[in-house]
Amino acid sequence: MQLMADSNITDQKARYKPGVLKYKQMGYWEPDYQVKDTDVLAAFRITPQDGVDPEEAAAAVAGESSTATWTVVWTDRLTACENYRAKAYRVDPVPNAPGQYMAYIAYDLDLFEEGSISNLTASIIGNVFGFKPLKALRLEDMRLPTAYLKTFQGPATGIVAERERLNNYGRPLLGATMKPKLGLSGRNYGRVVYEALKGGLDFTKDDENINSQPFMHWRDRYLYCMEGVNKAIAETGEIKGTYLNVTAATMEDMYERAEFAKELGSVIIMIDLVIGYTAIQSMAKWARKNDMILHLHRAGHSTYTRQKSHGISFRVIAKWMRMAGVDHIHAGTVVGKLEGDPNVIRGIYDTCRETHMPQALEHGILFEQPWAGLKKLMPVASGGIHAGQMHQLLTYLGEDVILQFGGGTIGHPDGIQAGAVANRVALETIVKARNEGRDIWNEGPEILAKAAKWCQPLRAALDTWKDVTFDYASTDSVDYVPTPTPAF
Amino acid sequence: MRLTQGQFSFLPDLTDDEIKLQIAYALSQGWAVAVESTDDPHPRNTYWDMWGQPMFDLADPAGVMMEVNACRKANPGKYVKVLAFDATKGFETIRMSFLVARPKEENGFELVRSEGPGRNVHYTIRRYATAKPTGMRY
Repeated sequence: MQLMADSNITDQKARYKPGVLKYKQMGYWEPDYQVKDTDVLAAFRITPQDGVDPEEAAAAVAGESSTATWTVVWTDRLTACENYRAKAYRVDPVPNAPGQYMAYIAYDLDLFEEGSISNLTASIIGNVFGFKPLKALRLEDMRLPTAYLKTFQGPATGIVAERERLNNYGRPLLGATMKPKLGLSGRNYGRVVYEALKGGLDFTKDDENINSQPFMHWRDRYLYCMEGVNKAIAETGEIKGTYLNVTAATMEDMYERAEFAKELGSVIIMIDLVIGYTAIQSMAKWARKNDMILHLHRAGHSTYTRQKSHGISFRVIAKWMRMAGVDHIHAGTVVGKLEGDPNVIRGIYDTCRETHMPQALEHGILFEQPWAGLKKLMPVASGGIHAGQMHQLLTYLGEDVILQFGGGTIGHPDGIQAGAVANRVALETIVKARNEGRDIWNEGPEILAKAAKWCQPLRAALDTWKDVTFDYASTDSVDYVPTPTPAF
Repeated sequence: MRLTQGQFSFLPDLTDDEIKLQIAYALSQGWAVAVESTDDPHPRNTYWDMWGQPMFDLADPAGVMMEVNACRKANPGKYVKVLAFDATKGFETIRMSFLVARPKEENGFELVRSEGPGRNVHYTIRRYATAKPTGMRY
């Protein structure tokens, strides 16, 4: 009997003889597999241990993320197990990365519970990431079939409805995270909110770790913030908001905080990624039911998205969050202080905003992805950006984005309102120039300098931050380009 | 108080030539341009008075500019804005919105606070001018 044959064993008696088989022998490697329109597809970057055959490693990933265990079990024969086995159907070496392979795996739709990110992820990123025969494993991209997407709510509000509610069109939205992020009393915190909104921002934001600490309990923060928001609305005639972070220890606490935010007339609340997928979906349903925009801060993601060899690509997280139903997601700046290769960021922004995504290897998009009518998710650019980069930000990130200048507003030498004015004037100047047909990429600095002649706050901002760049190589880049692109 | 609704309210008021360039951009994107006016610019007053329908079949910025001027002339002392509508799938909404006329004196909004239990305050924003009937506000 050819027990060590390196392929699927078709003889049933041999296949189910108690003992250990290779995953390829158990049926998890199927190079001729015809992908079905209803299959969930996943692309994993695998780094097998020395001496482990890449196809066997791919089959093992398919096995461990679907039906397999380490040994043969006869109870498989009570099931239509052929259907439930995930199939690794393709393995390619990753260009310029010795020892790494891209493994493509197909999962039958019936493996997953409808509308549940937790169920989807328990399979796809469950046990398999600790599997010993692999040195490292990274989930690079997924294709979610229309049939499955239709079981998800998607963004509670979406970009179109958000803009219509805010009466705000044709330019990126402007925001700022309140600083210092910890320590301000409710009264002082509300002051920063008011100043920034009065100065010209559309949104202010709680930081990820502002919840309900001894220096400022949540009710106090909400009450003072809404005083600031409404005062700024009355003084500008624009609709404004502040992302009230409702992240808390339990769902009951979060619902209580969200209800209070609603009672006070807030247009938006916020949650952190660390609350977990189920909690996120619960809050997204609450937000849809209560006309609330739902901001997601991606706290914690870099622990598993940043390194190329192991973890999850952020474009996959963005995909899951669009399905889960949040309205805003931090998605990178390219030019700011946080990780962000331009091509990777482009892939993430497309994941948030496109209605249909073609395969785009150069942006890390390995599968075509139709979005099946799920609303669009507003990307947020935040972290070390300032008014002097406005032309780069608009070029890289486009119009449907929230540009958040925290330090770039609050750290302005002439005060918070002046900081907000500088950002708003810079933004409107660059949008106007782009629409007029100017080459903002090259002429941007000149266009901004001209506006700074009549706008003192912009002049001060440009003088203060003109030399600030964060020019480090990105750790997460795409594989399918001839040369890596520098981060700005 | 300067009302800062719209894309360009933090910039000096656009000249007619600058307005025309923005209209040309909207038309080049395949969007339909519309003109609307109001004497009640409350931020949640969604429906201003339409100056006819969006100009779906007009390709010449000069033609749109004539309508802008006609609307401004017919509504002295009111707010007038230009909008661009995009019918593309995935958008089907407004893509541009900017003011092209505003009253000489903008008298702003009153923030009405109504105190409730537990330190709750309910806020209402009321334009001073809207105390008078429409047509007599500016």
